[in-house]
Parts: sequence; structure tokens; C-alpha cells
Amino acid sequence: MIAASKSSHRDSSAKALRNTSFWFAAVALLCLSMADLDISTPNPWGELGLMAAGALSPAVWSWPTLLTSLANTFSFALQGIALASAVGFVLALGYRFTLVRAFCAFIRSIHELFWALLFIQIAGLSSLTGLLAIAIPYAGTLAKIYGELFEEVDPSPITNLPNLSHKGSLSRFCYTVLPLAWRSMATYTSYRFECAIRSSAILGFVGLPTIGFHLETTLSEGNYSEAAAFFYALLLLIATLRFWLQKRLLPLYLISVFYYLPPQAQTSWQLVKRFISEDIVPAPLRGQANLNAESLGAFGQWCNQLWQHQIWPGLINTMLLGQIVLVFTGLLALLLFPLNSPLFFRGWRGFGDAILILLRTLPEYLLAFLGLLIFGPSMVPAILALGIHNGAIIGHLVGRHTDELTLRADVGTGLNLYFYEVLPRIYRQFLAFLFYRWEVILRETAILGILGITTLGFYIDSAFEEFRFDRALLLILASAMLNIGVDHFARWLRQRLHLKSIPESL
Amino acid sequence: MNSPLFEFTNQRLTYEGRLVLDNLSLRIHPGERVALIGGSGSGKSTLLKALREQCPDQIAWCPQQPGLVPMLSTFHNIYMGALHRHSVFYNLANLIKPLPAAKRAVSEIAQAIELQHQLFSPVDRLSGGQQQRTSIGRALIQERSVFLGDEPVSGIDEYQSEVLLNLIFQRHNTVVLALHDVAQALRVCSRVIGLKDGAIILDAPSAELEASDLADIYGISDSSLNPPRQ
Repeated sequence: MIAASKSSHRDSSAKALRNTSFWFAAVALLCLSMADLDISTPNPWGELGLMAAGALSPAVWSWPTLLTSLANTFSFALQGIALASAVGFVLALGYRFTLVRAFCAFIRSIHELFWALLFIQIAGLSSLTGLLAIAIPYAGTLAKIYGELFEEVDPSPITNLPNLSHKGSLSRFCYTVLPLAWRSMATYTSYRFECAIRSSAILGFVGLPTIGFHLETTLSEGNYSEAAAFFYALLLLIATLRFWLQKRLLPLYLISVFYYLPPQAQTSWQLVKRFISEDIVPAPLRGQANLNAESLGAFGQWCNQLWQHQIWPGLINTMLLGQIVLVFTGLLALLLFPLNSPLFFRGWRGFGDAILILLRTLPEYLLAFLGLLIFGPSMVPAILALGIHNGAIIGHLVGRHTDELTLRADVGTGLNLYFYEVLPRIYRQFLAFLFYRWEVILRETAILGILGITTLGFYIDSAFEEFRFDRALLLILASAMLNIGVDHFARWLRQRLHLKSIPESL
Repeated sequence: MNSPLFEFTNQRLTYEGRLVLDNLSLRIHPGERVALIGGSGSGKSTLLKALREQCPDQIAWCPQQPGLVPMLSTFHNIYMGALHRHSVFYNLANLIKPLPAAKRAVSEIAQAIELQHQLFSPVDRLSGGQQQRTSIGRALIQERSVFLGDEPVSGIDEYQSEVLLNLIFQRHNTVVLALHDVAQALRVCSRVIGLKDGAIILDAPSAELEASDLADIYGISDSSLNPPRQ
């Protein structure tokens, strides 16, 4: 009886998973039919050939430049993550307050490149800009993770202590919750540090002196051999981190990076004041001491114009592309996870996972930039870049999840094993990972607009180029709202489908 | 007689929404040594929790599940009971590096509960009995007048457990313990309260009771007075 009711519950929940997957795929197909998938370059294979040739013959044009940009990339990332984990920790202490949660969701919904574009206006292309651009969104992300970890720890140690007043609550927290959550916090923070290095590298694309700056220059000029050298240097930096970035040496590295690249900027309060009180104020309201009907009317019109010509098309394209990428990411992840599974690549698993980690290490923005050079401006490079990067991340995690499966001894092999035994068992976890990643995918989709795909980032970048900071800010807020909305929707879906998701390294 | 420390009049006690004890009337006065006995699920833990809520400021609490922080040392797990007596800065400094005064205070207790040799090893390396002693240590260091213990010595051998119980009696004026060992309850406590089926079915001074009187509470014949462990 119990077994019967349990299995019928399973059936209905399996049906819900199937239906959800079907609708996501159907919507993605519909989006695909509306997407701009033109390949506008005359000879994409030729360009790809040149790149491959460059990749096989890396050439260092100037060692000092290479090493400096590498050091800068590392410094921004380490400073950023250090500040972010400190701020994120403090925010996580108040994570039970809705206002704090909303604030964290807001600061992490704005991509680090957008933060960089904002700070460049105030603090120029300075070390302070680089630090803040990384620290702010990462603080929001880390606060969320730390906050969730604090909520998940075993509550009995703290409830067993004498609870006299709120006075001792910080002491109690530090003796119970903190040590219980510490290891997970450290693991997650170190994973985020790897992401921060990618972010830091990418900041070069908007002009900061990291490795992305030279990647952009050399790639645009078609110097693929030089670009390859910078690219390999970045990969080497990330791949060797665990050998030299050790816990006990961390204070030393922290002191060094702050000594090497002290956060500073040539700025003045006047500049900051002007930016806040004039530049980002919507044009029709600028310089108006008090609001009257006329200026409000003009403001309404300004908003309407911006909505019709930029926000709405930007939102539509962002969602369109985001949906295609989400489903493509899912398909790739399902295709790739056997690489990291003991069930499929027993002896070769280390090698397979190395491929996934390599694909994960490639910054999506850089991949999209390469795609743009090959295929020309359309949604194709963005779909490929985001799909490969995110598909590898989820594939890696799903593959690791198959470790926990216990299958019967006479189980089939190959496709039978995949479709009959493994896929049904991991599908729930796979969807959980995918929906958890959705918010990030959308953030990245918006940002790729900077490369010329007409998502929100395209309009934001144009507004910055035209020095229309009021527009830029409103567009950034629109993209933030979209991300927050999708995050909520994804959480609702995860709850509705009973998907458990542990944040770990997403 | 002086006024009671704990008092229930026709109270309903629930655990996770489930009614455990109905129509409960009970008084416990300062200076009493009370043993709660009864089979598993009879409501001993629920009653102890309710007692704790009545005057949380006076109580040294020793729960059945020690709820220690596994990665911290025995020293820190015991010291935790004294957090409220010190400033947050002192506590944080002591977390990073044990301070002399705290070390003295904790060592004294560790000696009494025979954990002095395990003081600085992580508590997850200790045996179950040692962890339970750590939990007792964490309650002792609170220096309260009332001790509430839920099977505080259940995993410890008879001789050792009697030593620990005596230590608890020495340092607390009022003691309420849930115990499964009926003979021990009669030996060490002055009053025995028996719980069964959501009600108090026995409440008497232990001097007036014999072990065989208590057999009914566990619903077993009086010849085998060692009830199943929880």
C-alpha cells in the first residue's frame, strides 16, 4: 500500500519533470526560430584555421607585459575576493532579514563588468575600480552562500547553550555556527576565487590592465600567436593555483597584492558628487530643484522612449538568448557528464574531467569574443560560448553526482546504461543544477551585449559610450530586475519540482 | 515550605505538535533531587524542555544529544558554557588561542570529569562516553543552581556514572535528571517521578520505593529491571 502510493507520487513528480523539460525545450525552439543566427563573416573556417595555427604557435611579444598583466589579474582577483568575503560574511550575519537578502540579491544581479563601467566614470581605469567591480557582486554572492550555510548547520550546539540575552549572541555564533560552517565556506570561497580570476581577466576588455586587455588587443588585430601566449598564461595561472596558493601562505599573498597594487584612484569628491547628483539623474529631471508637472511629464516621455527603443527590445533579446542558452547548456551538460563519471570512463575519468575543467576555466566572455571573430556578430557566438562554459560546469557536477549511484551488478553498458539507468537517476539533480545556474546564465547573456549582440548589455554599453549615464543606470537596473525575477522564478520551480540543490560550486 | 522552583498546573505539553503530556500538574522545590523515569517516548525529554523554559537563567542544561561542535577541541566545547560571562572580544581571542584564566577554569572541570588528557584534541576524536562527559563539563561550567540532565550518564559505566552524578549533586542545589537505570535513580535521587502514556503515574520520595515498584512504568516484569536503552 505504502509502496503503491509512493510510486504514484514518483510517477506524478516524474511527469512534472518531463513536462517542465518539454516546455523549456519547446520555448527554446520557438526562441531559436526568432533568433538572429546569421553567420556574416565570409570565411569562418579560414578564421578558425588561423586561430588554430596561432594556438599551436604561441609567441610572447613582451615578457614584462605578460607577467605584469598576469600579476594584475591575480591581484584584482585576490583583493576582490578578500574584500568580498569580509563584506559577504557581515551581510550573511543579517541574512535572515529580508532587506539584507534583497540588498545582496541586488548587488549580485549586476555583472562585474557593469560595475566596472560605472566605477570607471568616477574612479577612472584605476586599481580601486578593479577591486570594487569584483568585490561588490561577489560580496552579494558570498553573502547568500554563507547565509544559507549558516542556516543549514546542526542547530543543536547553539540551542544547548545558555541563552541569556542577545548580548552574547555573537560569541555563541562564533563558537558554534561558524566552526560548523567553516569548511564549506572555505571550499566555496576558494571556488569563487577561481571565478574571480576569470572576472578579473575579463575586466581587461573594458580597459583595466589585466590579461583581458591584451587578449582583446591581440585578438582584434589578428595576432593569434601572441593572444595564445596570454591565453595559456591565464590557463596556467588557474590550473596551478592549488599548488602554490596554500592556506598558510595566504596572508603573505594578501599583503603582497595590496603592496603591489594598492587600491587607489585619481578622483575627487566633486567628481563623485557630480556623477551622483547630475550624471545619473534622468536628463529631464536634471537641475530641477523641485518637481513640477512639466518636468514629470518630460520624465514620463523619456522613460517611455527608453522603454520602447532600448529596455523592451533589450529585455526580449536577453530572455530569448537566455532561454536558448539555458536549454543548450542543459543538452551539452547531459552530453558531457559521462566524461566525469566512473560509470562510463573508468580509466579515463581523470582525463575526461580535465577537459570539463578546462572548458569551465575558459571565460565565457573570451569564448564569445572568439566566436564573434569567427562567425561575426549574431547570437551564434553567444550561444556557443555560454553553452560550452556552463555546460562544462554542470556536466562536471552531474558527473560527480554519479559517484553516489549504486547500480545492480548486471547492468547494461553504453547507451543502454546511459538512458535506462543513469539518466533517469540523475535527471532531478541535473535540473536542480541547471535552474540554480539560470540566474548566472542570464547575467552573462546580458553582458555579452557589450560584444554587439543586442541584449541589454548592448544598450548599456552604447549609453556609456555616449556618456548618457542616466540611461545606462536605468538599463542596468532593468537587467538587475530581470535577474532577480528569474532567480525567484527558478527558486519557485525548484521548490515546486522538489529539486534539492546544494550550492557547492555553482 | 518555600515557594516552588518549577510549577505546572493542568498543563498540556507538546512535542513537534504532538501531545505528549496532558493535564500535567507538578511542583519541584529548590533543593530537590528528582529522577524522571519512564520508557522511551514517555515524555521525559519534553518535560525537561518545559522545565528549562520556566527559568532558563538558572539552568545548567545537559541534553541527551550532546550537540557538540565536532571540529573544536574539548576545551572550547566546555568553555562554550561560560560564553555569557565574558565579553565578545575575550571569547573571540580565546577561540583563536586559549587564554590562561579560561584554561585554568576549564582544566579544573576537565580534571573532575577526567578529560584532562583530551583537553586539546578535537571533540570528534573522542569516544561517545567522553563526548557525553564533555557535555556534562559544558553544563558544569555554567555554574548555575539548577541542573537539568537528559540521560546525562547513559553511555558511561556504572561506577563512573555515579562519580559524575555525585559531582553534579555537589555543584548544584536542585537537580532533575531523566534516568533509565531505575536502581540508580533510587540510589542517588530523593524523589522519583514516573511517566507513562502521557501522564505522571508515580511521584514519591525514593526512600518509600523499591525497584520492584517501578517495574510497571516500563511495562515489564519486575525480574528484569534493566530496561532497553534508548
